[in-house]
Amino acid sequence: MAVDIKMPALSPTMTEGRLSRWLVKTGDEVKSGDVIAEIETDKATMEVEAVDEGVVGEITVAEGSEGVAVGAVIARLLEGGETDLPASAEQNLDRPAAEPAPTGAAVVVEAVAATRVVAEPDWDGPTKQQTVREALRDAMAEEMRKDERVFVMGEEVAEYQGAYKVTQGLLDEFSNKRVIDTPITEHGFAGLGVGAAFGELRPVIEFMTFNFSMQAIDQIINSAAKTLYMSGGQMGCPIVFRGPNGAASRVAAQHSQCYASWYAHCPGLKVVSPWSAADAKGLLKAAIRDPNPVIFLENEVMYGQSFDVPEHKDWVVPIGKAKVVRPGSDVTITAFSIMVGKALEAAEQLSAEDIDAEVIDLRTIRPLDTETIVESVKKTSRLISCEEGFPFAGIGSELAMQMMEQAFDYLDAPVMRVTGKDVPMPYAANLEKLALPQADDVVAAARQACYRTQGG
Amino acid sequence: MADKKNSVRKRGRPPKSVINDKPSREILEQLYEQMILIRRFEEKAGQLYGMGHIGGFCHLYIGQEAVVVGMQSMADEGDSVVTSYRDHGHMLACGMESRGVMAELTGRKDGYSRGKGGSMHMFSREKNFYGGHGIVAAQVPIGAGLAFAHKYKGDGGVNMAYLGDGAANQGQVYETFNMAALWKLPVVFVIENNQYGMGTSVARAAAGQDLADRGKAYGILGLQVDGMDVLAVRAAAREALEHCRSGKGPFILEMKTYRYRGHSMSDPAKYRTRDEVDAMRKQHDPIEQLRDLLLREGADEAGLKQIDQKVKSVVSEAADFALASQEPDAEDLYTDILIA
Repeated sequence: MAVDIKMPALSPTMTEGRLSRWLVKTGDEVKSGDVIAEIETDKATMEVEAVDEGVVGEITVAEGSEGVAVGAVIARLLEGGETDLPASAEQNLDRPAAEPAPTGAAVVVEAVAATRVVAEPDWDGPTKQQTVREALRDAMAEEMRKDERVFVMGEEVAEYQGAYKVTQGLLDEFSNKRVIDTPITEHGFAGLGVGAAFGELRPVIEFMTFNFSMQAIDQIINSAAKTLYMSGGQMGCPIVFRGPNGAASRVAAQHSQCYASWYAHCPGLKVVSPWSAADAKGLLKAAIRDPNPVIFLENEVMYGQSFDVPEHKDWVVPIGKAKVVRPGSDVTITAFSIMVGKALEAAEQLSAEDIDAEVIDLRTIRPLDTETIVESVKKTSRLISCEEGFPFAGIGSELAMQMMEQAFDYLDAPVMRVTGKDVPMPYAANLEKLALPQADDVVAAARQACYRTQGG
Repeated sequence: MADKKNSVRKRGRPPKSVINDKPSREILEQLYEQMILIRRFEEKAGQLYGMGHIGGFCHLYIGQEAVVVGMQSMADEGDSVVTSYRDHGHMLACGMESRGVMAELTGRKDGYSRGKGGSMHMFSREKNFYGGHGIVAAQVPIGAGLAFAHKYKGDGGVNMAYLGDGAANQGQVYETFNMAALWKLPVVFVIENNQYGMGTSVARAAAGQDLADRGKAYGILGLQVDGMDVLAVRAAAREALEHCRSGKGPFILEMKTYRYRGHSMSDPAKYRTRDEVDAMRKQHDPIEQLRDLLLREGADEAGLKQIDQKVKSVVSEAADFALASQEPDAEDLYTDILIA
């Protein structure tokens, strides 16, 4: 019996990877535990060990192949006395795998809607394709080149090149004076960063995920956010706290929470949460330059997604400006971070039902650009707010109230919320999917707001 | 680096080299004036609190004056200071003006924080005083961050991060010790051990009561100092500051001191006896000790009285100023939230 060796999932959000190197060849005998290949994921290069024993019968994915889907067969192992190598084995080496992941494999990234989104309405110059991860790295590197006071600090940001590779290459360029690995000590290094900002440096503090910022929230709120006020305007705190926020995939309750509404609640902070790579870059540069403490909420699932990024030597996107990413006339859908992709996907589905949705990427949560939202609602008379976070006292709750205060007379339907469910994030794949807001939920809410039944 | 056995000198008499470095009478008089200023200022603050002119929490420094006065007398101009909410003395010792501090206590627009910070939250960038922090121990990593900035900029400065014995049990203190030692940050952790964290004695709160030892696991040198003796404080300060300035990393000073008043104005202090407080005042008062020394050194009563009078008028002028200053404008409610 031949045993299929499949492309393994080596991180919670990995959907595909590069088969960098084979350490065995056809005919080799392998034992359980032998390293047989090296695979590059979205985060690191990992060694793959054999689970079963046998003789390598066929290598179906050649080394150097890019984009090999998780679950694709990469080799076949012959067990117990099987010796006949398939004649085609050698020829197959040239063929990079394009086999899609089988149903049920760990595919977690929802396809981004086919809508072509321009980087920025007022940029018509050349662009290049970049992942969100690369865009964030470039933003930091550019600001560090420009301003000697900027430094990056956090767990695994330097020698490990970033737990999610966002700080890749920074140590080499800027040395360990400015790219600093910390012990696992969030409360401590958040406070140390605040002190450094008081001392007129410009810290960029990375939380491996924002879930861990709960250890440090006292320093963020009580020290970073409030000191300017408490000092009668003397003591600004120019600091950026950044890192992935919200759900990744299958990491359950303690690692899957959106903190947008927590931080947005507090005066003295700015809260930014971009979706596209262009905005990630432009807004992070703006955040680093900002004289105030900025909470910069990224999303792990988005890190590997590519967008057009302006080829501009100093691409800065202003904090506090939302962006209409898809114009429409029937219903306004607001979203931020990963939910923008789902909102756009929903808008495509709705257009098939003759509902023309306008999608607004909030980009900044605080200060919220209510002007752009109100202008849209004046046109559509309907508002759906999307977020991954919990519904109670969430961003959607705030938006609904803002609309009551600023656009009541323009509304033809109650403001609706599409949110994560009001439960800690479950681990089981099916429950996790149920807990997270999906494009279909946005579609259903939009239909309701437009007083439509399905397909009608 | 000293060998481990000697890393903590119990009840440390400072090294001989600094013991013999006796300050001039002029300096002694300056120290006396500063300590008297803090005491009179705090007494006045207590009085104004009783009259309803100061609200909220008000933590007085009476009894502990020798600690901050001794420390700051050895600091360089570029050194930075950060402390907890028992901060009035620190501000005066950093050279901030009595009237601005008092006006903040009364919540007026001429206060250091324009009336928006109050007793626990005052700052002066000009004097390198970085607060005034209301959350127990939050100032400790902030102090290490200021030290990080000194080192990063290479400006030769040292941070003095003051904390109480109560704060010494907070987790972030040890997170900070670890990073400060790891990165050799120029920071002196000055633990003001006044024997009580609010109503809980050190014996009831700290396993292992020698707080100077608390950095041992990180290889941080610690020294226990008689914090009621301003000269002992100065000697220890010199050693600690030199250590930090020469790039050897952080230093811990445990100042054995005592507060005569309650934790805050609303504390009846039932957790200790009257006798205990009286004994401390009679036998260890830092100002009386220095006064005796000055008289032995040939100062005359009249000269000291002159200092007393000068301080008295500074404090009374500060109180008048603080009461005459206007409350902040209503528009100030919405200023200083973000920098435009």
